[in-house]
Amino acid sequence: MFVRLAAALAAMTLMSGAAFAQGAKLTDPQIAHIAYTAGVIDINAAKQAQAKASNKDVKAFADDMVRDHEAVNKQALDLVKKLNVKPEDNDTSKALSKQAADKLAELSKLSGAAYDKAYVANEVAFHKTVNNALEKQLIPSASNPELKGLLQTGLKIFEGHEQHAEHVAAELK
Amino acid sequence: MQPRYLRLMVAVLAFGALAIPAHAATIQIVMENLVISPAEVSAKVGDTVEWVNKDVLAHTATANNGDFDVMLPPKKTGTLVLKKAGTFDYYCRFHPNMKATLKVEP
Repeated sequence: MFVRLAAALAAMTLMSGAAFAQGAKLTDPQIAHIAYTAGVIDINAAKQAQAKASNKDVKAFADDMVRDHEAVNKQALDLVKKLNVKPEDNDTSKALSKQAADKLAELSKLSGAAYDKAYVANEVAFHKTVNNALEKQLIPSASNPELKGLLQTGLKIFEGHEQHAEHVAAELK
Repeated sequence: MQPRYLRLMVAVLAFGALAIPAHAATIQIVMENLVISPAEVSAKVGDTVEWVNKDVLAHTATANNGDFDVMLPPKKTGTLVLKKAGTFDYYCRFHPNMKATLKVEP
């Protein structure tokens, strides 16, 4: 059983690393797609939390995530429209969506305090992964200055979310 | 000018001076792209602080010690009349990486 758990954890770690693998330079349409996908993933996770969470701070956090990520994604859509860029699906977006779907399914089996803890812990981890990718990969790869600017603001917002999630996680202990 | 009007004007001015202390000012602080500027502001008791949120996101101006918590909806302004002297560190509850300081002199 422990071997199986360890193998599963190792597989998960490999997968999350793979979503943002260094490799071919990303294009602006791909970067826009990845950023938008990350937003959609967090909105979906938050909507599940709005329905399932029991702690009031966790519920409030989920409300904040839906509100902020919807606002940012609206800005992103407005920008790609203005720039006449068509977001392009890619392996990173696909890997992110697949991981997120698995995580949602895993979280859906939990309830009560165990769910609250797992959701918030995943929010900390997810924002960390996305912020790291924004900083090291997406922002440096973006060519259009307006897209770069939006990603930079996005990074500040998501760093705020990461700290907020950490505060909520600390309160739950 | 007729003395009667003059007396009225003096009365109005005197009343105004009583209602609003001479030093009362409105200090504007802007929140834009998750940056609070100026990050450090000095004011006096009786002054009004006006936070202008230029972002599409909701922010708050929340004192670390819990003395105030001003909600700032997207593209909206919130105000606070300063009643207590002291140095107040504050932050945004939704984005705790947004931090600033308000120094209030008596």
